Amino acid sequence: MRDIKDFNLSCPISIQEYPHILLAHGGGGKLMHSLIDKMFMPSFSNKMLDSQHDGAIIDLGKVKAAFTTDSYVVYPLFFPGGDIGKLAINGTVNDLAMCGARPLYISLGFILEEGFPMETLWRIVKSVEQAAEAAQINIVTGDTKVVDKGKGDGMYINTSGIGIIEHNIEVSPAKVAQGDLVLLSGDIGRHGITIMSTREELALESEIKSDTSPLSDLVMEILEQGIEVHCMRDLTRGGLGSALIEIAGTSGTHIHINENAIPVSREVQATCEILGLDPLYVANEGRFIAFVKPADAEAALKIMQSTNPGASLIGSVETSPSGVVTMKSTIGTNRIIDMLSGEQLPRIC
Amino acid sequence: MKYIDEYRDAEAAKQYSDLIHSITTSPWAIMEVCGGQTHAIVKYGIDELLPKGVTLLHGPGCPVCVTPVELIDKALEIASRPSVIFCSFGDMLRVPGTKGDLFSVKAKGGDIRIVYSPLDTLKIARENPSKDVVFFAVGFETTAPASAMTVHQASKMDINNFSILVSHVLVPPALEAILSSHNNNVKGFLAAGHVCTIMGYTEYEPIVKKYHVPIVVTGFEPIDILQGVYMCVKQLEKGKAEVENQYSRSVRRTGNQEAQNIIREVFEITPRKWRGIGEISASGLGLKEEYASFDAEKRFGIAEYNCEESSECISGLILKGVKKPHECEAFGSRCTPEHPLGATMVSSEGACAAYYRYRNISFEK
Repeated sequence: MRDIKDFNLSCPISIQEYPHILLAHGGGGKLMHSLIDKMFMPSFSNKMLDSQHDGAIIDLGKVKAAFTTDSYVVYPLFFPGGDIGKLAINGTVNDLAMCGARPLYISLGFILEEGFPMETLWRIVKSVEQAAEAAQINIVTGDTKVVDKGKGDGMYINTSGIGIIEHNIEVSPAKVAQGDLVLLSGDIGRHGITIMSTREELALESEIKSDTSPLSDLVMEILEQGIEVHCMRDLTRGGLGSALIEIAGTSGTHIHINENAIPVSREVQATCEILGLDPLYVANEGRFIAFVKPADAEAALKIMQSTNPGASLIGSVETSPSGVVTMKSTIGTNRIIDMLSGEQLPRIC
Repeated sequence: MKYIDEYRDAEAAKQYSDLIHSITTSPWAIMEVCGGQTHAIVKYGIDELLPKGVTLLHGPGCPVCVTPVELIDKALEIASRPSVIFCSFGDMLRVPGTKGDLFSVKAKGGDIRIVYSPLDTLKIARENPSKDVVFFAVGFETTAPASAMTVHQASKMDINNFSILVSHVLVPPALEAILSSHNNNVKGFLAAGHVCTIMGYTEYEPIVKKYHVPIVVTGFEPIDILQGVYMCVKQLEKGKAEVENQYSRSVRRTGNQEAQNIIREVFEITPRKWRGIGEISASGLGLKEEYASFDAEKRFGIAEYNCEESSECISGLILKGVKKPHECEAFGSRCTPEHPLGATMVSSEGACAAYYRYRNISFEK
């Protein structure tokens, strides 16, 4: 029998500081990363997990595949531009695309709360069907669970996805190199602001729609044109700022961006101004950044702009100080972009 | 976007920077009063554009930072009760009391809701007649009219399951406390534009005379702040001490009379304790006797409370402009936005949090 001393029974995250999970632990910021770095990574460490990509790249002998999972707990379930079902399909498709994979198969697990209206479920099922068709993937396995009334928020969805990698370009944070240019596929902040405006407590009137959409066609086209893409990341929770910081950290590089080059729609900017939020950290569901070899940047940008004219070149990769993101502000000064603790909070005044 | 883009323009920033350089002959320490201004200064790196001798000190104008710790503890206690729905502005949720923060209370099942307007809490009160709905009324003269209007409406509509936990504070007494402090370095102020939008700036006129310091009512965009600094330095260089209004697109000398009337209708001036500074006489607002039934402290019987601050936190010296955040031993090591020792590390408007988030790395330690 193994000696009990072999186990480290003390919690690596000091329970004096956080004896309970806070919402911020799922906010895509520092608290979530502390869970990943202190609890999950040391416990489950392996080569694929350690690369900290949007999905795992699996070598299956003759084929290379990408494998990913995600859960969807968005509230409200329906919002301008989409719903939880469409979000679940697109989110999983996008994680696979970010690995450079063509999405093929997806699993769908529903966690439903007792009393959930059948008609609402049907609307979401139909939305899932349409989104899967649009992204050209098949839902090949699934699961249904029902929890007691009051123990779920209407509906949660969990997915896993598998895609195939059909090229020899290694797309990974580790490949990001000095001189790479950073491309952004369109204006930022739409999804986060849509959800915030829809939630009753803020009661904002706005016409913004979520940007939720599948990115796989665009990514496949970039790869098929032979563009040397070193890394891609879709901008979800935590927004553009957190994605850049994650990649600077994993790749040990310095990323410098230009605030004037980052497109933000008028509606998103106005809402951010009212609430005191920074669009850099607002969630997206249909935008990504790509790190490309300088010689290929123009061609890649052209392809991106054919889908979204707002796509732009926002910055470049330098070597030091490593692990840092800096930004030239609109007034020409420079500042550090730091990761937030959790989600942004509306300011008092 | 109009009223935004032109105030974040690199060319205009450079022009003001050059102007300030051209008139500065002596070192000057200028305090921006409001946390929103501190946020903009650090976010845009505005002090990079100033001459070496011109130092910006970050003042006490962040409501999150100056709300005393015992009031946070009272909020935690009220919010923990199963009968209560506790409503607050977003950034108060992360402020540490002696036993955690409102987020932790929420994690343990407390019904805590973020509101954008205090008036939303009345809707919540009407929809939940079996619950006690409490609004955490913090902030300066800027947020006080909305709190006052909410209480006034609740009284008119006979909403009895509603009360407020009040910690409103006033700017002019804080400026006087700083100016009369023995270790004061402040030679001029940038007053908070939105506070003056409500209150006007007649209250500052006796202060500039008594202490011989210029006060420039200033906005929140980078160009506003640079222009405010320029106006302030110009006065200092000439030995003048007047109230000037940089933020004239929003501020009139006498302010917003209706907002002032509703404040006077509901609140009276009281002594108030400031976190990190201590009690300042006549520096806060409390509910008048006729509105006392809306006072959460009385309703929940928790008026007497006393707590000790972390002894390591120097937020008092920072709020008075005596020290800069990176001069604190705990800054960035034992005190971070994830584990704040004091409130100045909590709010995005707090000087320490703003430094932590935006400053150049070499500056941090």
